[in-house]
Amino acid sequence: MGLFRKSRYSQVGTREIKDVPKNIASKCPACKHVHISRDLSQKMKVCDRCGHHFSLPASQRLRQIIDHNTFQEWDGELTSLDPLEFPGYAEKLDQVREKSGLSEAVITGRGEIEGQLVGIGIMAPEFMLGSMGSVVGEKITRLINRSREQGLPLVIFSASGGARMQESIYSLMQMAKTGAALARFADAGLLYISVLTHPTTGGVTASFAMLGDINLAEPGSLIGFAGPRVIEQTIGQKLPEGFQRAEFLLEHGFIDRIVERKEMKKELARILALHQGGEQVG
Amino acid sequence: MVDGEKQLEHLERKIKDLQAFAREQEINLNSEIRSLEEKAQAIRQEIYSNLSPWQRVKMARNMKRPTTLDYINMLCTDFMEMHGDRLFSDDPAIIGGIARFEQEPVTVIGHQKGRSTRDNIARNFGMPHPEGYRKALRLMEQADKFGRPIISFIDTPGAYPGLGAEERGQGEAIARNLRDMSRLRVPMLVVVTGEGGSGGALALACGDWTGMFENAVYSVISPEGCASILWKDPGKAPEAAESLKLTAEDLKKAGVIDAIIDEPRGGCQQDPAAMGEKLREQIKIVLSDLKQKDHSELLQRRWERINRIGVWTEMENKKQEISQ
Ligand SMILES: [Zn+2]
Repeated sequence: MGLFRKSRYSQVGTREIKDVPKNIASKCPACKHVHISRDLSQKMKVCDRCGHHFSLPASQRLRQIIDHNTFQEWDGELTSLDPLEFPGYAEKLDQVREKSGLSEAVITGRGEIEGQLVGIGIMAPEFMLGSMGSVVGEKITRLINRSREQGLPLVIFSASGGARMQESIYSLMQMAKTGAALARFADAGLLYISVLTHPTTGGVTASFAMLGDINLAEPGSLIGFAGPRVIEQTIGQKLPEGFQRAEFLLEHGFIDRIVERKEMKKELARILALHQGGEQVG
Repeated sequence: MVDGEKQLEHLERKIKDLQAFAREQEINLNSEIRSLEEKAQAIRQEIYSNLSPWQRVKMARNMKRPTTLDYINMLCTDFMEMHGDRLFSDDPAIIGGIARFEQEPVTVIGHQKGRSTRDNIARNFGMPHPEGYRKALRLMEQADKFGRPIISFIDTPGAYPGLGAEERGQGEAIARNLRDMSRLRVPMLVVVTGEGGSGGALALACGDWTGMFENAVYSVISPEGCASILWKDPGKAPEAAESLKLTAEDLKKAGVIDAIIDEPRGGCQQDPAAMGEKLREQIKIVLSDLKQKDHSELLQRRWERINRIGVWTEMENKKQEISQ
């Protein structure tokens, strides 16, 4: 049965994906302005009234960041199983694959950013909220390892609700796996830029997303370990305005820079260029 | 408390009362007592030989279970606790220090729960703040510097979901531990003694060998949390415990742990000293084996151990297999 899926999954990358929005219009959650969905996509999914950054499907992110016709996907055929026979998981996976056109919650590969070759990972918030199971962990780990072997700088865009509980302990262990891979990557003297986007929480925050040499974030992104609702239940009060937002993390020292979506590619290219040449001590 | 334990306790009390009564009154109640004892034994057999995952969760959380400090005191001599992360404060939910195990210096770390409600409040129920992970890493790196093996005891409901913990970056603290534990050049042994609660557990648990107590549990989320997210009903925790495959047996099957350490019938609290002895024997064997390995072998082995964990399929390969 896998053979049929294969062709559908590989629709990511440089090829055009037909964007057929289910909703014709989207309301900005920040300023309540109603946008025509097509217009919003042309504006990189940023509200031009208030600057709110809408959640971005992985394929669109890829087109925004990677130079045209330079992306080469890695491990696109890796597919989740249901090792614990968790109730409803297999059906859920089928539904989400169908709906998102993706095989899993991250796209990995290599490509160029303004002509500079990088290993790139982009998480897909549209695939089970970007949760990390075995496949996400394995794809990220292979991305890190292959980038190290090829001597490439690494850029990962995170967007994740955290661990995928339907894979329980396997999911938890992916945190340790990606962390260990990043130790080897760092010891090779290579650059890792982590970009945290809305939302990045749970096991992804507590592993590769927080371990960049440079941590960037999109404005207004929710970034944390525990989810806001869980915290509110624990402490029995409402969270203060702006808690766990990118600006809050910048203030508390966990983010290097907040970068608007329209500046992101330029900013990444500048950082990459600043790490070109010179003797690296690794 | 596990279902049936109340009844068992009641019976045990009744047996004791009868024995005292028989002694006082100098009458022979032996056959009555024996029949009650047989009944108690049958109940014990019934409730402990075939525990459901949810019953194990309750066993793992039993407040009477020995804590990390109990095990350190049973296994080690010369324990000196060390405090603080050098950055913010000292987290009472994680303890650590230096001690001797079989005469040799070791670094010990672990989550610390309380043995009473008051003690538990002081220990934050064993739920760490970022300071705890950072203290643990500081001590682990010291162990690396001075060539001491590390023994880590895991028993936590999970990271504390509070304001301060988020402000001070618990995500970053856990992530850093996961990365840097993979670099330690000394043997690290991990024992899951009670609750292995998600990232808060994992942050102290990436070693060369993991043993897990028979009634301990280890999962990515608590059964209650899982039930309320997936089914909007924390009351379905017993079903979630089943689905999460969180028992020692499940984890052994998944290749995540190396050994299951049997507990006395009814759990560790029934005979802490016996549990301590069993653990000592196990650690002795594993440690002497790991100490034979040099740094690079140890690091390579640890890397391979963590790298193989996960389950997936690669369709491209499948396709090739089919066409060949
Ligand atoms: Zn707006």
